[in-house]
Amino acid sequence: MQSTATYDHDPASTQLLSRTWESPPGVLNWFTHVNHRQIGYRFVVTSLVFFALAGVLALIMRLQLISPENTLLGPDLYNQLFTMHGTTMMFFFAVPAMEGLGIYLAPLMIGTRDMSFPRLNAFGYYVYLIAGIALYTSLFLGMAPAAGWFSYVPLANIAFSEGRGMDFWTTMITFIEISALAAAVELIVTILKQRAPGMTLSRMPLFVWAILVMSFMIVFAMPTVMAGSVLLALDRAFFTQFFVAAGGGDPLLWQHLFWFFGHPEVYIIMVPALGIISSIIATFTQRPIFGYTALVLSLVATGFVSFGLWVHHMFTTGLPHLGLSFFTAASAMIAIPTGVQVFCWIASLWGARIRFATPMLFILGFFAIFVIGGLTGVMVASIPFDSQVHDSYFVVAHLHYVLIGGAVFPFFAGLYYWYPKMTGRLMSERLGRWSFALIFIGTNLTFFPMHQLGFEGMPRRVYTYLADMGWQDLNFAITLAAFVLGTGFLLTLINAVISRSRGDLAGSNPWQAETLEWATTSPPQNYNFRHLPVVSSRTPLWDQPDADRLECVAGLRADRRELLVTTLLEARPQSVLIMPNPSIWPFLLSLAVGFGFLGFMFEPWLFVVGFALSFFMIVGWLWPKKPWLDGEQSYDQSHNQS
Amino acid sequence: MHPRSCGCVECVAVAGMETVNQFIGRMLTNRINPVHQISHAGLWLVLLCALSSGALAQLPTDTSMSQSALHPASSQAQDIELLWWIMFWASVIIFTAVMALLAWGLLSGRRRPSVLSSTASMRFVLVAGVAIPALVLSALVGGSLMLGRSIASTPPPDALQVRVTGWMWWWEIEYLDDNGEVVATTANEMHVPVDRPVAVELASGDVIHSFWVPRLQGKTDMVPGKTNNSWFTATETGEFRGQCAEFCGLQHALMAFVVVAQPESTFTDWLQRQASPANTPTTEAAQHGLEIFEQNCGQCHRIRGTNAIGSLGPDLTHLASRSTLAAATLPNRRGHLAGWISDPQRIKPGNNMPRTLLSPQELNHLLIFLDSLD
Repeated sequence: MQSTATYDHDPASTQLLSRTWESPPGVLNWFTHVNHRQIGYRFVVTSLVFFALAGVLALIMRLQLISPENTLLGPDLYNQLFTMHGTTMMFFFAVPAMEGLGIYLAPLMIGTRDMSFPRLNAFGYYVYLIAGIALYTSLFLGMAPAAGWFSYVPLANIAFSEGRGMDFWTTMITFIEISALAAAVELIVTILKQRAPGMTLSRMPLFVWAILVMSFMIVFAMPTVMAGSVLLALDRAFFTQFFVAAGGGDPLLWQHLFWFFGHPEVYIIMVPALGIISSIIATFTQRPIFGYTALVLSLVATGFVSFGLWVHHMFTTGLPHLGLSFFTAASAMIAIPTGVQVFCWIASLWGARIRFATPMLFILGFFAIFVIGGLTGVMVASIPFDSQVHDSYFVVAHLHYVLIGGAVFPFFAGLYYWYPKMTGRLMSERLGRWSFALIFIGTNLTFFPMHQLGFEGMPRRVYTYLADMGWQDLNFAITLAAFVLGTGFLLTLINAVISRSRGDLAGSNPWQAETLEWATTSPPQNYNFRHLPVVSSRTPLWDQPDADRLECVAGLRADRRELLVTTLLEARPQSVLIMPNPSIWPFLLSLAVGFGFLGFMFEPWLFVVGFALSFFMIVGWLWPKKPWLDGEQSYDQSHNQS
Repeated sequence: MHPRSCGCVECVAVAGMETVNQFIGRMLTNRINPVHQISHAGLWLVLLCALSSGALAQLPTDTSMSQSALHPASSQAQDIELLWWIMFWASVIIFTAVMALLAWGLLSGRRRPSVLSSTASMRFVLVAGVAIPALVLSALVGGSLMLGRSIASTPPPDALQVRVTGWMWWWEIEYLDDNGEVVATTANEMHVPVDRPVAVELASGDVIHSFWVPRLQGKTDMVPGKTNNSWFTATETGEFRGQCAEFCGLQHALMAFVVVAQPESTFTDWLQRQASPANTPTTEAAQHGLEIFEQNCGQCHRIRGTNAIGSLGPDLTHLASRSTLAAATLPNRRGHLAGWISDPQRIKPGNNMPRTLLSPQELNHLLIFLDSLD
């Protein structure tokens, strides 16, 4: 057999290249897909399903609170609902949604054909899916966790939560973090090692920077919550007493472990959103964003400082005042990088002729809502003030302003912005504007009055309140407003579904944007780019609007999955990486690992069975393939077929 | 056809919907400038802030049910309220300024597109994004830390010592003498002298609770295995409601209590009364009620001076002297008490008190006995 490879610059090789990178069609083959666009798309869609589910839970809770001493829900069900709402929004919506965007977009933005570890990518998705399905099964079986998304011990420990619900929580949280870590690790490697030649770190799009910072934060934050939930699972299954005061443990240890993850978590969600904002502002003003360096430094600073804030969730636990003071200062300090970013954006918008399409409207909405959330955030950094509003509805208002303003608005902006790239069609502007208006009004009417409820002493996580408390009018109004907000979100979801088949065709670059994801067709071909692009500035498509005339790399083979590895700082071509083909093993491994985790809840020894099964799946996954021979075979096959 | 302006609910609703429709229509056809919309939205928010600050200052008519942190009745809560209003007005100014800058920036491009020069942008970001926030934040952090230190400091030595223990889902309140010995025990109702510091020692018997009387002091958690401290000085007499602020399970929502601040002499009388054992029954019915209590309730509740010595539930020695029942959920009246004893799970589902099956006569005698415990 002679080696006669076909290269991707060969004009006749397009079809072969497409077949090489094809995700095999068919229902069963769905479980073998590894391409980053398939996986990223699934992450985004699945996360939106969970967003809708958690939103419905919130509306049911609002119905319970519509009047005092309401009996629509009992305390047990109410507690399950708010636990599931928080857990879903944080673990099953926000993080996977942002990761999904990163997985879909980062490789396109840096001009490559796939992620560094495509199978790990697929594995991460199945883990996420299994964890989500398992958690929601527990809700429909009526045995969902009911100790809050923060699961404070001793309440979450076996002595006070005997049911299976908390077992579901501890195991599924440990489990889903595997998914987050897998995504983070490969995003880091992909971004650092697979950028198009010429895309030095300082030419990297701000969104990619944001995803890079997010990924590093995940790598450092998630292990602590995994450690915490494993210790809690051990406390529950084997009475290890890590968190039991009477057994020499410490309930506050849990809070430290949880918030050491939990606070960076907020920024893990927000940092990619900041990247989305920069992308959209640049496109819709048609000029480069002001202060690229300042924005990058702010992102990195936010990432670092966010690890020094966790104790501000524990101001009322009786820790010494001097120790707490440090965290007040750190919590106030993080407002500075945020301020720098906000004013860089305002400077970028200054005097520009702006195209007010839906994505831009969501960004403008972000400014108003996020600034309010940020201001109340600085307020709760004050220890005495926090002692009044902590765990009251004031904090419910604050956190929803921050997360809806700081993450959901930008995420929806991003959805409208990149939807045409993902599907080839534009979303309806008309529905989009309606949706934006309802969401903006709904958010303010729902959450602004909650500040006042907090001052009137209404604590969080209460399934009811007495009629004499005088809280019913505000609660009534809030419930109505919550349905306005829900309608706004529903409109965007409907919009996304119907535009899939009825939207206007987008073309490759509908917004005249400057970054590389718009240099390819919408949706991109199997191979992303016919030729890998070469970059010489931050705005390649503004320098050369005709994508076909971009400088490009030649010489990658078309008959096997190859991509280019470049150096970390300067992105000089370094080597060629041969990528794996579609495979069923990631799915099988996720089933085996899932079996181990779910089994652990019922019989601890089943974990060992899951472990053994995983071993075989990993052997299957890693079975030596001799890729250099693979390439020749597929080349031969392709020639025989043609 | 309905006349347009008759003023009934229907007409107002129809007119309102038409206005909204027109507005949206104009917005969709771009006849409304989105920039104006945004600045309008900002204006509305400021207005909303101003309105709500007015609303915040209203006191509900029944002050004993108020948990408003903005109607302080202690020096500590007053200081925190002052801090809030400073931060509130600073925030209103900052928010308005940021929105105005944004609107100005957007508007300047509508008239004639221009680019802010890079030096101007840099200056803008450094002043508005770094220098001003740094100054404001330093002031805030400094002020807040000083106030925090004074609130977190140890209480004056003449303070009244009270130990409060959180249980699922009620409050055990013990008064201590100078040697730390318990003088009197009560539940869900705490009396304090006005104008004298009260030092509260906070503990938990099961899960984490949080002691919060918004009109008197910010919250402090009650953590198992740890004793926390808080103190306050009530500056006016009255009843101040408090409520558990850390999620603690099924009945977290209705785990409340009352603090009664009264003149020193009244307080001393009250404390003396609470320290004494229960009244001995004087009538036959009450005597029968005591027997029923000892048989049915004594395993969990204590009435000092009788054979009822349980410690799982609240001490009921002076039950009739309290103004509320079931952790400040029901007013202490005979009807409510009867309902509570007969079916506590209906009123507070999931709480730890089981139903007590009594004949109507037994229940009546029990109530007569409990009524005598003042």
